[in-house]
Amino acid sequence: MEFSIYDFSSFTAWIDSSLRASMSPGWAVAVEMILIGIAILIFYAIVGLFLVYAERKVCALMQNRLGPNRVGPGGVFQTIADLVKLLFVELVPIKNADRVLFNLAPFIVIVASFMAIGAIPFAKGLQAIDLNIGVFYLMAISSMGVIGVLLAGWASNNKYSLIGAMRSGAQIVSYELSVGLALVTMVVLAGTMQLSEIIEGQRWGWFIFKGHIPAVIAFVIYIIAGTAETNRGPFDLAEAESELTAGYHTEYSGIKFAFFFLAEYMNMFIVAAIAATVFFGGWMPFHVYGWDGFNAVMDFIPPFVWFLAKTFGVVFLMMWLKWTFPRLRIDQLLTLEWKYLLPINIFNLLLMAFLVLTGLHW
Amino acid sequence: MEEEVKAPVPEQEEYVINMGPQHPSTHGVLRLVVSLRGEIVRNVEPHIGYIHRGIEKMCESIAYPQIIHLTDRMDYLSAHINNEAVCLTVEKALGIEVSDRVKVIRTILSELTRIQSHQLFWATFGMDLGGLTCFFYGLRDREMVLDIFEETCGGRMIVSYNCPGGLMNDIHPNFQKRTKEFIKYFRETLPEYDRLLTGNVIFQERLKNIGTVTREQAIAWGLTGPVGRASGFSCDVRKHNPYSAYDRVTFNEILYNEGDSFHRYKVRMDEMWESMNIIEQLIDNIPEGSYAEKMKPVIKLPEGEYFQSVETARGELGVYIVSDGNKNPYRVKFRSPNFVHLAPLNLMSKGAKIADLVAINGSLDLIIPDIDR
Repeated sequence: MEFSIYDFSSFTAWIDSSLRASMSPGWAVAVEMILIGIAILIFYAIVGLFLVYAERKVCALMQNRLGPNRVGPGGVFQTIADLVKLLFVELVPIKNADRVLFNLAPFIVIVASFMAIGAIPFAKGLQAIDLNIGVFYLMAISSMGVIGVLLAGWASNNKYSLIGAMRSGAQIVSYELSVGLALVTMVVLAGTMQLSEIIEGQRWGWFIFKGHIPAVIAFVIYIIAGTAETNRGPFDLAEAESELTAGYHTEYSGIKFAFFFLAEYMNMFIVAAIAATVFFGGWMPFHVYGWDGFNAVMDFIPPFVWFLAKTFGVVFLMMWLKWTFPRLRIDQLLTLEWKYLLPINIFNLLLMAFLVLTGLHW
Repeated sequence: MEEEVKAPVPEQEEYVINMGPQHPSTHGVLRLVVSLRGEIVRNVEPHIGYIHRGIEKMCESIAYPQIIHLTDRMDYLSAHINNEAVCLTVEKALGIEVSDRVKVIRTILSELTRIQSHQLFWATFGMDLGGLTCFFYGLRDREMVLDIFEETCGGRMIVSYNCPGGLMNDIHPNFQKRTKEFIKYFRETLPEYDRLLTGNVIFQERLKNIGTVTREQAIAWGLTGPVGRASGFSCDVRKHNPYSAYDRVTFNEILYNEGDSFHRYKVRMDEMWESMNIIEQLIDNIPEGSYAEKMKPVIKLPEGEYFQSVETARGELGVYIVSDGNKNPYRVKFRSPNFVHLAPLNLMSKGAKIADLVAINGSLDLIIPDIDR
């Protein structure tokens, strides 16, 4: 077996063939599923902890502070210490709460974000499942989290939580449209919904360059709507600590709260990863047609480094938004979506279709 | 027969939530019983008294110089101005004229107090609206003012620097230097506040035409300070009834006619510039003289009623003392601006959204201990 950090497909093929050699195909698939599950779980935990740490440091940078700096060098173990603390915190039982739904809600939220990770291509050949409707799948899965948020608000038996959940419902249902249409605009350009093919199509130029103006508009809309969909930044109405204390997760404590917290960060990662894949070429290095020497240098940087760099670039952008802007009001939030983003988006989709039909795209 | 007061029964389809006493946006222990219909506020009923300490009653059993230390705890962000109000009333009753040095120092410190109070307002107001970054910027700059207080007064927030007849002690040798440094620094930093918050589209849209009070309503409800002046009610005590050294400085009274939350915010932002102007006019010419007049060990006010009002960072604070000739006052009444400003909250926020209620509450800049006293 030859192992290369530039192409994981031979590595995964080797695992597959050696498993199939020692057991029946059904068992081999089952073992592979478990391996993938464990790998995603570990990745999930590491990225979640890293994002929490990154958010603290970025927010400290914006706010003229140092951020965590006591536990470990530069405070890197602070989030781990917090996680340990959260594990030991008492799970406060809520009187008159709907027990089943109350306990179910954090799992729905976290499972939704967990499932989305499976379809994200981290590097060449490093993708759990390459669906031919990848973009569609991601959109469908990422909107499932709202069910957990609604359940949390409803089952908590807390008035603030209910308002937060209702806001979240209205918000996600609205902004789901913009996310979808922005991605559809790019699908029109790519001509496919399969994520591996979308990335392959960006070998000679990322879509944000290829698609000219419509792609840039789609990216801006996607970032706005994506921030709204993750309940973050200027759109954190569902939590709105100065209005609703903590919104839908007011009543949650300990590890259940940690689930909501982690899911929020992972959703941000997923939104950024989709943006990186669809607009910035995913793991595809930056190539310029004809510059062979330059392309070779770019190819030298491993694909997963490209992917993570792009993703965290978008994540940084979202954090920047969050720590700069004040929060919108609920009616302004809906006005922004239905009166501005949606018409622009539909027009943008037509523009992109026109561009592709006439072959004006690059 | 006392009639039992019953709380109004909410209408059907109204959703009643208790905002407070512990709530992040009520800035203390204010409790607002809010009736909602969806997101829309139908009725707001403030419940106060969670931090009632009986300051007015306590004043009746202590001597005049001791009252000063209680007034710090009313509007703790205008502590120095509250102290000054009591001192001015006592001095007025005794017919004492304090030296120019005292007057000038009191004025400078009052304006520094106003600046740090508005800085904290800016910081917390941004936080109420969801922009957490302002909080750290505001507190960073406020620290410089508090350091000046610490050097001269000994206290940072609860200063208790005044006493009837003058000041507790003379200013620190560094006072002038550090104040000038601060003014120079803050003149460069204040535009940063505007860049971060004032010009922001979301911020302006959140506040414009929210919680509007007309000039007539402002006068009828007795709204003073930045809240009254945003509605076009010229009510600056420093201008209309100058005390201390305000008659020898030139400054503008900030007036806007819109009366909405955004202009209440604007008044405070502009007032910081004016306060810096006032300090700059005075800081280089602090006259020589004694820092306190010689007073009798036991101060007894002649029988009668005395009143003096001052302009705190939030509005007009009136101190009303009734004396029966003893060493304790017979009755003390504080006309605190925050209590008055809380009253029209229902009027302002009816029909607004929950988020607007928070914005209006923030723009009134309420200090709860000053409401309850």
